Amino acid sequence: MTRPVDGQLVAGVAKGIAQQLNLDPVVIRLAFVLLTVVNGIGIVAYAALWLFTPRRPYEGVPPQRDWSQIAAFTAIGMALMVFGWLTGASGGGIATWPIAVVGIGALILWQQADPDRRRRWMSGAVKGVRHNHIRSLIGMALVVIGASGFLYVQGEFAEMRPGLLFTAVVVGGLAVIAAPWLAGLWKELQLERRERIRQEERAEFAAHVHDSVLHTLTLIQRNAHDSREVQRLARSQERELRNWLYQPEQDADATLAAAVRRVAAEEEDAHGVPIEIVCVGDRELDSRFSAMVHAARQAMVNAAKYSESAVVSVYAEVEPEEVTIFVRDRGKGFDLNTVPDDRMGIRQSIIGRMERNGGSARIRTAPGEGTEVMLTMKVENS
Amino acid sequence: MSTRVLIVDDHRLFRSGVRAELGDGIEVVGEAEDVDTAVARIAELEPDVVLLDVHMPGGGGQEVLRRVLGSGSSVRFLALSVSDAAEDVIGVIRGGARGYVTKTISGRELTDAIKRVAEGDAVFSPRLAGFVLDAFASSEAPSIDPELDSLTQREREVLRLIARGYAYKEIAKELFISVKTVETHVSSVLRKLQLSNRHELSRWATARRLV
Repeated sequence: MTRPVDGQLVAGVAKGIAQQLNLDPVVIRLAFVLLTVVNGIGIVAYAALWLFTPRRPYEGVPPQRDWSQIAAFTAIGMALMVFGWLTGASGGGIATWPIAVVGIGALILWQQADPDRRRRWMSGAVKGVRHNHIRSLIGMALVVIGASGFLYVQGEFAEMRPGLLFTAVVVGGLAVIAAPWLAGLWKELQLERRERIRQEERAEFAAHVHDSVLHTLTLIQRNAHDSREVQRLARSQERELRNWLYQPEQDADATLAAAVRRVAAEEEDAHGVPIEIVCVGDRELDSRFSAMVHAARQAMVNAAKYSESAVVSVYAEVEPEEVTIFVRDRGKGFDLNTVPDDRMGIRQSIIGRMERNGGSARIRTAPGEGTEVMLTMKVENS
Repeated sequence: MSTRVLIVDDHRLFRSGVRAELGDGIEVVGEAEDVDTAVARIAELEPDVVLLDVHMPGGGGQEVLRRVLGSGSSVRFLALSVSDAAEDVIGVIRGGARGYVTKTISGRELTDAIKRVAEGDAVFSPRLAGFVLDAFASSEAPSIDPELDSLTQREREVLRLIARGYAYKEIAKELFISVKTVETHVSSVLRKLQLSNRHELSRWATARRLV
């Protein structure tokens, strides 16, 4: 049996046993709490197991403890104790246990902290007490009153209630004294947690830059002689980085704008011609609009492959009653009448596809004037 | 007379690149690499146009705009950035820049844009035009000032053509109007963009963290 580091609450003893016995660690933890409450054997057993079980080797940053779970188990333990104490089920001596539990908890926190932080906690506590004279005085007074009251009623233990009352006063006094220190401790823990999150983010960022940007830079150096390839690499890396930095996770098959962006990105990669996209508005993608995106893709392919234009502009606008997509280049253009009937690209993939789906396509071009393909499709209001 | 330009950007390589690319009729009178230097140089050199990077240490382009325009200067700004995030674009335009272009722009186009800004006109990139159309279209809330809070049909047409990648000259030809009229429409859109107190404009830009 070993004590795992990931998933440990105190020292990983319960988790280790649970793994050994193929049980849920919660069961083991509850058993320890219960045994502790009944006669204190739980805590002794835990300590013994802690001492004698080797720690499981673990590499990397130790994961954050789940403090809410610790709090929950402590609360359960306390509640059981109070219950046992009030009902007299477990003798008078049990009253010392809450203090023991709190003490052990504090010791664990203490032990887990690094020496530097410990010093800060110490000075913080001392300063806190010194700076809060009034608070300290009230606390002290409460402790004194509570203690003397307790002693006073000691003789008449039959009357349980005042005794309890004064005990409460003692505890309250202690709480008042310890509050700033505990608050400081808590703040320190939160701070540490935030710092760790920040470090993780930084590590993720570094990993991303390494996998994508540095990799592309290497490729660019290797392809330095091929300016077209260099441009393609740079564009595609730029796009990826932008998406990663600014764009929320988007399902490219769910909305029209996302689909247009994805299609343009793919054609840009395939042909090495920059495709500038501007989208206004957005809507869900159904089969008709998918067909429209396909037609737009064909127009982009034509522009990238044949126009010799340096850049292709794509503009998609979604209006309440109509969707329009423009694909434009400033390339060499062509004479529409001379396109042979068997050229599938324009007639079938663009015009035919749009008409089959209830839309329309218009092509404006002339030799030397560039080409613009306009796709329109009415929105069916059902 | 040539247009006097100050280049503000924290990347030295980029500044020298722009300097080399700018065409005839543009005189680069100076460079600045951060907000404080930029504010000082603008006061000292009084350039016609400031080429302003959006992201810089010390508050970025918006801080320069705030400090310079806040002091009553009438120098004109053209924002130049790698970022196409709506927040940044709308942010610098509302901060007072007269145009926004991305750093991928060609030297010739940049030269044209600078001259246009120097003459007091506005410069919209296709993407900025798209943002404006989107921002003004997505309004369901009643507007406070109808004149400022909505675009005219003609302005919409002009913006749409800019978004489609048309140059001003091509837009003029397409709509059978003069280039001057196109410029007037764009300037009017810029004014609306800057003065409209529709708070959803800024909110829209923040909500839409799209490229």
